[in-house]
Amino acid sequence: MTALATASVPGSEAFASEFAARKARFAADPSWMAARRQAGIARFEALGLPTRKVEAWKYTDTQALGRQQYRLADDASLAPAVKDALALDVDAYRLVFVDGLYNAELSDVAGLPDTVRVVPLSDAIVNQPEVIGGSLNRLTGIDFTPFVALNSAFTEEGAVIQVGPRTVLDKPVYVLFLSRAAVEGQPVTMSHPRLLVQLGSRAEASVIEHHIGESGATNFTNMVSEVMLERGAVLNHYKLGEAATGETHIASLQVEQPRDSQYRSINLNTGGGLVRNDIVCDLNGNNAHARLDGLFFGRDRQHVDTHSLVNHNEALTFSDENYKGILADRARGVFNGRVLVKRDSQQIEAHQNNANLLLSDRAEINTKPELEIYADDVKCSHGTTTGQLDETAVFALRARGIDEQTARGLLTLAFANEVMTGLGIDAIAERIERSVAGRLPSRFHLDELVDLSVELGGGAVAVARDEDFA
Amino acid sequence: MASQEMEQLVQREYKQGFVTDIESDTIPPGLDESVIRFISAKKGEPEWMLEWRLDAYQQWLKMKAPSWAHLDYPEIDYQAISYFSAPKKPEDRPQSLDEVDPKLLETYEKLGIPLHERAALAGVAVDAVFDSVSVTTTFKKELSEAGVIFCSISEAIQDYPELIKQYLGTVVPKADNYFTALNAAVFTDGSFVFVPEGVTCPMELSTYFRINAANTGQFERTLIICEKQAQVSYLEGCTAPQRDDNQLHAAVVELVALEDAYIKYSTVQNWYPGDEDGKGGIYNFVTKRADCRGDRSKVSWTQVETGSAITWKYPSCILRGKHSVGEFYSVAVTNGRQQADTGTKMIHIGEGTKSTIVSKGISAGNSEQSYRGLVKIGPRAKGARNFTQCDSLLIGDRCGAHTFPYQEIGNATATVEHEATTSKIGEDQLFYCRQRGISEEDAVNMIVNGFCKDVFQELPMEFAVEAEALLNVTLEGAVG
Amino acid sequence: MLVVKDLHVSVEGKEILKGLDLTINKGEVHAIMGPNGAGKSTLSSVIAGKDGYEVTSGTITYEGEDVLEMEVEERARAGMLLGFQYPVEIPGVKNVYLLKAALNAKREAEGLGEIPAPEFMKLIREKLAFMQMDASFLQRAVNEGFSGGEKKRNEILQMLVLEPKLAMLDEIDSGLDIDALKVVAKGVNSLRNEDRAVLMVTHYQRLLEHIVPDQIHVLMDGRIVKSGDKSLALELEAQGYDWLQEETA
Repeated sequence: MTALATASVPGSEAFASEFAARKARFAADPSWMAARRQAGIARFEALGLPTRKVEAWKYTDTQALGRQQYRLADDASLAPAVKDALALDVDAYRLVFVDGLYNAELSDVAGLPDTVRVVPLSDAIVNQPEVIGGSLNRLTGIDFTPFVALNSAFTEEGAVIQVGPRTVLDKPVYVLFLSRAAVEGQPVTMSHPRLLVQLGSRAEASVIEHHIGESGATNFTNMVSEVMLERGAVLNHYKLGEAATGETHIASLQVEQPRDSQYRSINLNTGGGLVRNDIVCDLNGNNAHARLDGLFFGRDRQHVDTHSLVNHNEALTFSDENYKGILADRARGVFNGRVLVKRDSQQIEAHQNNANLLLSDRAEINTKPELEIYADDVKCSHGTTTGQLDETAVFALRARGIDEQTARGLLTLAFANEVMTGLGIDAIAERIERSVAGRLPSRFHLDELVDLSVELGGGAVAVARDEDFA
Repeated sequence: MASQEMEQLVQREYKQGFVTDIESDTIPPGLDESVIRFISAKKGEPEWMLEWRLDAYQQWLKMKAPSWAHLDYPEIDYQAISYFSAPKKPEDRPQSLDEVDPKLLETYEKLGIPLHERAALAGVAVDAVFDSVSVTTTFKKELSEAGVIFCSISEAIQDYPELIKQYLGTVVPKADNYFTALNAAVFTDGSFVFVPEGVTCPMELSTYFRINAANTGQFERTLIICEKQAQVSYLEGCTAPQRDDNQLHAAVVELVALEDAYIKYSTVQNWYPGDEDGKGGIYNFVTKRADCRGDRSKVSWTQVETGSAITWKYPSCILRGKHSVGEFYSVAVTNGRQQADTGTKMIHIGEGTKSTIVSKGISAGNSEQSYRGLVKIGPRAKGARNFTQCDSLLIGDRCGAHTFPYQEIGNATATVEHEATTSKIGEDQLFYCRQRGISEEDAVNMIVNGFCKDVFQELPMEFAVEAEALLNVTLEGAVG
Repeated sequence: MLVVKDLHVSVEGKEILKGLDLTINKGEVHAIMGPNGAGKSTLSSVIAGKDGYEVTSGTITYEGEDVLEMEVEERARAGMLLGFQYPVEIPGVKNVYLLKAALNAKREAEGLGEIPAPEFMKLIREKLAFMQMDASFLQRAVNEGFSGGEKKRNEILQMLVLEPKLAMLDEIDSGLDIDALKVVAKGVNSLRNEDRAVLMVTHYQRLLEHIVPDQIHVLMDGRIVKSGDKSLALELEAQGYDWLQEETA
């Protein structure tokens, strides 16, 4: 191939050289995998890393990624104690990946029903190549973004979750991606994991996708997810982003929704230095419903970008989107929610809301809720608000003897927690509440309050929510 | 500026007279330096103005037409356009109303335009343009007494070179975008308004009064300056659909508001939208921007856009002065095969700045309409506030309505709110009205007018009435 | 005045009215009662010409004319006016505009010219006062932000201005407290004369104490199963509808 010779687009050299150096690693690929790899790297080299001139990347600069050297991890070893300290305490079927590689010892999928498969991608490629070959990249192809092309060049591991028709999974599937602390003098560890979820008709499942890094991790994680639902299937997809602040996390997700299917994404992000999530939902059948909820909280110089696109391709399809952002210090948030209603897709309802709270003068939010509508019988709305805490609420709390900083902290937490109501999994709600409280400027001193409320079995927010204080 | 100097300026301007005499020349299509030299020479411009134009032209050559808008039109051949043509001689124009397209006359009638004005609007050669000479004279006297300068920009370049040098291109730089660079190179005329310190312009100024400038439309350039505590309300537009030979309009409007000044700029745009199949029609690429330089200054844009095949227009406010205020009220209606990509930019730089955006878009037929807006809050804009309300109404299932609001917020004390809805006229609303005996067409007009009410109430009185009538004409045949 | 013969009406393929007969003469007030889902509101909606109702057979004639051949607004202009159970909100359109447009449409149909502004204002003021409504109602957008009671009063106000020959009131009493009900009833009663007729649809006997009907019809399962004078209402109040169910079964 001419991969190296033509690598003239800025930013692609570092990846191309690692690709060339790792030929041996991919030698055992089935031929269809090898072909896709080549197509992926060729596409990426042609495109390079997106520049800010591309509308979808106007506020997120990824050029710095091209100025580092990368390596793929060679092993997935990790002390169980480290995993226990970072993982969610949740009763679930569990797959664990360390720096993008599968760790069987830390994983546990015992007791799965016969109609359900939860396996690492490497396993699926060997054991059911025909199924995987057909599904992988069917939705999120190499034209999705340059990052998907890049992932396709390096794809080797990830989680494959298949739930048979009418099966209602008793416990969530927990997919944990851990990043180890960087080793001095080594190139940046990169990984290109996959998530492939396939639900049969009327199947129901919850998937928790958790990304977390040891402090000191500097990984570049380039995730690609595909969710294929069949008629009437219901999926709750939790994504918890707790990468270390030195890490870069790019994720591309596409969801296919036929008739009567329901997809709910709960995208909670408190970590990462540079985080970008692209979410695309295709509503292809009557009564398909997508619900996208999210919370991002940035501080220091974190940069968190969410781009969502809901395609209403059929009549009688529904979407709701609700994102909240809290930004402190010099953090920057980007929200771009787009709703596209195709011609003749009548009787659509699409609602979108984005509310942001800026806690510092140097924090910044760029938000753009877009509606693109080609049908007339639609009910669409979007709203965004950016501002401060409600001063009357601050006053109400102070009037009850709570000092101002704590009052502001409580209300900030309440703002965040609105996304979390009806979340369904307590361990996640608690993790986020602690994380938000812990990350608020220390002047808000909320940590102890949250501890107390968790012990009492309620949220600290309950204090602020009390009708009396309204 | 001292009032005495002002007095002199006004005197001089008055002496020069209002009507410019242009020899009837036309140059062949095409654009190069010689064309620009020709235009500049024709206008007897000073050397610095020519240099300014040539510099713009050089920059334009290096630029590309923007492609980000949600618009679809064939590439424009800039060498096929004639950049200077004097107004038509009387003998070339229609000699009476009988020679004018009856459809156009029908529209005038619906809009309630007086008979003698219809002739002028249709371009009929009427020698002494009925009353307007006397109107012009009386109103010019009143203005000069107040110290207000209101003339064509060509005259201003001759008579007030210092003001032009001081302000021209300071709000919209020559090479701000492709169309402004082109405009800067080849603009032929436009309006100039200067309201001195402390003066409230005694009347609403309108391009309508300057009837001789009405046909110079292709590359207009307008500059309005309000000094401290000055106020003016400016009305722009053709209040009836003008058939125009020019395919391309690339206008530039610059507003400067100093401390405590207030400029209200209202537009009713109703250029020829093309026929039912999308043939013909004006391409309207306009850059309008206001610089609220002074503290507590205020600029209010109101627009009713019903015409043109292509509209590309984002009247903006740079809120530089502390506590300055920017407003944008817009109604845009598209029908047939019209396409509009329009909205505003509110750039908050100063402390305590405020902006309000109310945009109402109505799409019918096979038209496409986009609201595109930017609210940017800079780090120094403490306590800045924006409220945006952006509603779209769809009539029929072949049209598109899109909303692209950009918000870039870099100050924690800012409050920015954006609300948008898209809906169609409710069947139940139509039924309710019809059940009261109101015809379907009237019911639609009534509901659409209700939908636009927030904007219409911001329009100057005489515009508001016309705007409603215009809306009804534009939506004709959209239902049923 | 109004003759409904063997009317069959379906909504989305489901038959709601199954052979309904009804005759209303000038000067009469008819009340239609019946349990939920019997098709009460369907009847007035079909007469008014609302979309989504398919008349599969039967006829409706009004003063000798085939109602089903008339457009919605023609029916209204001919004097058939519907008081809505849920009056629609129309943002931005002032009440006074709606009233004026509707009145002028009616006058035009009658060959009269537009009503002069002073005359119109005088008329409106008089009717407002009669309905105990504040003049500020006129400047508010049609039904927008109105309370339930205000909406219903507004419906009657429109009736008083437009003076229908056949006023159809669909559950006009729902959501009204007793004071508001009295005002609404006063309005309706003022419309009564020998040339006009009223068709009321209601769930409760309470309304009929204030607007006393000449005839009461019980609508069940798409047909009128019993007709009688005002005493029928008391019977229904005391015994419910079940006995009728059994009687007709």
